[in-house]
Amino acid sequence: MTEPAVEEAIIQAHRGEWARVVAALTRRFGDLDAAEDAAAEAFATAVERWPRDGVPPNPGAWLTTTATRKAIDRLRRESRRDEKHQEAQVLFDDDPVEPLGVIDDDRLRLIFTCCHPALSPDARIALTLRMVGGLTVPEIARAFLVQETAMGQRITRAKAKIKAARIPYRVPTTEDLPRRLDGVLAVLFLIFNEGYLATGAATEPVRTELTAEAIRLTRLVRELLADARGEVTGLLALMLLTEARRPARISATGELVSLDEQVRGAWDRDLIEEGHRLVRERLIAVAAGGPPPGRYQLLAAINAVHTDARDARDTDWSQVVALYDRLVRIDPSPVVALNRAVAVAELDGPAVALALVDRLPLESYHAFHATRAELLRRLGRRTEARNAYDRAIELAGNTAEAAYLTRRRSQLGAPDGK
Amino acid sequence: MPKYLLSVYGPAESNEFGNYATKEDMLQAFEDTGAFNDKLVAEGYFVFADGLEPASTATVVDGQVDQPVFSDGPYLESKEYIGGFWVIEAPDLDVALRLAAEGSKACRGKVEVRPFQTEDSFRALLES
Repeated sequence: MTEPAVEEAIIQAHRGEWARVVAALTRRFGDLDAAEDAAAEAFATAVERWPRDGVPPNPGAWLTTTATRKAIDRLRRESRRDEKHQEAQVLFDDDPVEPLGVIDDDRLRLIFTCCHPALSPDARIALTLRMVGGLTVPEIARAFLVQETAMGQRITRAKAKIKAARIPYRVPTTEDLPRRLDGVLAVLFLIFNEGYLATGAATEPVRTELTAEAIRLTRLVRELLADARGEVTGLLALMLLTEARRPARISATGELVSLDEQVRGAWDRDLIEEGHRLVRERLIAVAAGGPPPGRYQLLAAINAVHTDARDARDTDWSQVVALYDRLVRIDPSPVVALNRAVAVAELDGPAVALALVDRLPLESYHAFHATRAELLRRLGRRTEARNAYDRAIELAGNTAEAAYLTRRRSQLGAPDGK
Repeated sequence: MPKYLLSVYGPAESNEFGNYATKEDMLQAFEDTGAFNDKLVAEGYFVFADGLEPASTATVVDGQVDQPVFSDGPYLESKEYIGGFWVIEAPDLDVALRLAAEGSKACRGKVEVRPFQTEDSFRALLES
């Protein structure tokens, strides 16, 4: 095998097998730390040995076996230090690898443990990316603009809490599953959003490594949770339909391009088709008497309406507003109301929308001011629009968005009455 | 089995009915908490539980010097103090959190769940 082919095989194995190896070892040894270390050692061994010995026929099994041996070696070394722990050697014998079905289930356990509500949201995100996604600590630190040592500590602290407080390694009971799954989906959506609208002045406006990872992990959860798919499918469709627009979303000059100004031919047709297929799957399931759609399914449906229009002018705004009406009923937050108002502006005009927006308690949210600015502009109230742009630019954390708002402000023309 | 400390936090200042709005509220909370305690005993989780006098009755002692130093009041100044606690045995954090939620509802207070050191964690300390 050529060197690039081996390299590719290692990358593939890392992407496909990391979570499986960590999950299987965590169940066997009851310790995330030991599982993570042994998995990392096994992959390091693969990097060293595969170019020489060739890629094994079943890389996943090879990695799990190698990682298990590494973990057992370590336990034996440690137990030799302490005579009282000799019995551990008997406990951790060198069994053959478990059948695939059980291991698949282990990955789900791993996800639920990493997204446990007793951990802080930041820790859940970092732990999920490390343990399930297989990203390294420096990679995660870079993605969230946190010092490497601080990110390392965040993950170490979370693992220590899981161990000391005995956060269980299992899939929640049927009764708890919907709520706990919501928590998992929230973590995946946060990872996606941080990638899609990255914060920080000295950073790329879109971090594809995060959006790609969020999509990959959401696919995994959807595969593993065949019985409770509605919202997972909705989230995956939402991510795909959002990601599909990425090529048209940032201009050559690094400026955010609004939905109505995007060159729709640049959208990724494959992703759109897959997203539409998933949305249709949910529509059929709901029509057949399934549970009503949750927020991710509704958001996916809204994005399906947008991506269905060949031109921004062809958008079915009454459909978008109707979907937002349903979303408001299950999520009455002001941010949802703000997005609904944007659609209302297209249907009932900017004056009606502005009246809705002005009621919202979102003084410190950049999108609130950006929306007001656009509505005021359309109403010809340029001085107020300028003030609103000022405030939006001040609050925008994303470089491309700030650039877009700055251009819009500069194109306002003379203030009122001049 | 692992043990957890469930501490109930409440305001430092309390009225004539403890931390409750009315006497009826207080009596109802006592009754609900009693029922919760009975359940803990019946299901095998109960180790110990009790309520505390107000934090203003506390005394801090520093015995690290020749003559112990006493100071009036709780160790940390706060707006909220531990008003009582349970010690329970539970197989994992999910069970402890579920029980804490029930206890919180019964006694009308926020509950902090904290694991006790185990033999394993103590040994790890000795070996470090």
